[in-house]
Amino acid sequence: MSNITFTKEELERYSRHLIIPEFNIEGQKRLKAAKVLVVGTGGLGSPLLLYLTAAGIGTIGVVDFDTVDQSNLQRQVLFTIDDVGKPKVDAAIARLSKLNPNVNFVAHNTRLTSSNAIEIISQYDVVADGTDNFPTRYLVNDASVLAGKVNVYASIFRFEGQLSVFNYLSPETGERGPNYRDMFPVPPPPGLVPSCAEGGVIGVLPGILGSLQANEVIKVISGVGEPLSGRFFLFDASTFETRTLKIKRNPTNPLTGDNPTQKSLIDYVQFCGLTPDAAEKPDVIAEIDVHELSNWIKAGADFQLIDVREPYEYEIANLNGKLIPLATIADHAQVIDRDKKVVIHCRSGVRSAKAIRELRDQFGYENLINLKGGILAYAREIDPSLATY
Amino acid sequence: MAKIIIPTPLRKFTSNLPSVQVEGSTLQEAIAGLVSHQPAVKNHLLDEGGQLRPFIRIFLGDEDVSDKFSSGEVVSEKDVISIVPAIAGGSN
Repeated sequence: MSNITFTKEELERYSRHLIIPEFNIEGQKRLKAAKVLVVGTGGLGSPLLLYLTAAGIGTIGVVDFDTVDQSNLQRQVLFTIDDVGKPKVDAAIARLSKLNPNVNFVAHNTRLTSSNAIEIISQYDVVADGTDNFPTRYLVNDASVLAGKVNVYASIFRFEGQLSVFNYLSPETGERGPNYRDMFPVPPPPGLVPSCAEGGVIGVLPGILGSLQANEVIKVISGVGEPLSGRFFLFDASTFETRTLKIKRNPTNPLTGDNPTQKSLIDYVQFCGLTPDAAEKPDVIAEIDVHELSNWIKAGADFQLIDVREPYEYEIANLNGKLIPLATIADHAQVIDRDKKVVIHCRSGVRSAKAIRELRDQFGYENLINLKGGILAYAREIDPSLATY
Repeated sequence: MAKIIIPTPLRKFTSNLPSVQVEGSTLQEAIAGLVSHQPAVKNHLLDEGGQLRPFIRIFLGDEDVSDKFSSGEVVSEKDVISIVPAIAGGSN
């Protein structure tokens, strides 16, 4: 740390850190010497990046493959309306550089995958996981464990937040703390977790959890305080209930358990059951694309249109289909025509496919057609006046 | 009666209740009590053989007792049981 120095501007900027007795200039030097990788620049990544930048981390890597969308602005406070349509990584670094020009930012304008994760993560000291899907969660965890890096984890859903520090190297014992696979060795199959359209998140929640995550990153790097290793924090924003649970190493963990079976990264999309294996799922569902549906509507074709989303989604945008939410589809089977074509749609095509399987398998329907890409594709390609969400 | 705290993602299967009071002297009985009152949640907690699904953890107070689910772990009246599912964020 002796080669780390500060300019007068930096000393003044960080003075509120420097006057905390147990933090002082040594803690600040550790921050400046550190390299942190933030995976995802969304709801969690926004406060994480803002606070880590403000705190004076020396090098911050920013990973994202996406562009800024209007629907991000409800919670992704890093961005403004001027950023809509721009690559998130570029917009983020432009904003953060104005906050603290002393930080060295590294742009990773790419999707983190099994083929690049170890190489990218190895360049950093600490990883902060602010992603939004199971395949990337497992990828970040496994790559962090295999590369020997601490993974500061936060996750959110609607009103619920989770936080922990995984794979933490204890300076006292020299041992690594539990990781994500100790809690959840395998992911839930797609049918047993709420899909994106059933999900949603209250906008302030990632602000709270992402800030806590930034605090843990700073504790891990500075060595000040007790990082949330071996503990799992839960926050319910709707009831304001907080719990801190103890977590421990799991002997069945495929990476760090008693008999590790996994020595390298795997195909996480397949692991999470998100690519239907043709051999296992031979059931082909008839599909129609949005252009053909648009032609049917224009031509006044005789068909029934069913919308299996929720009423609050119907309020945002609809195609004048008959609303029957997926959960009630079996109870309303009698109103679905058997003697003409029936197009079923949802937001993106996942729930409507489920509805078709259910109606086909339980009631023997053979005239059901799934709208490929759902109302999102219709809004994108046919009717831009429809709101997307 | 022990209290079971229902995580947000499973509340749609428990009539939107954030917690449920259940009878039962063991952990398995307490979860069975929950399932009998809220049958829709069963498939999300237990597999076909009645065992806890691997992406669900159960805590008694702050202790992880998932591994003791079927081994008669005793639950007392004042215990708080937390169901903790894997959540990933707003995307699928």
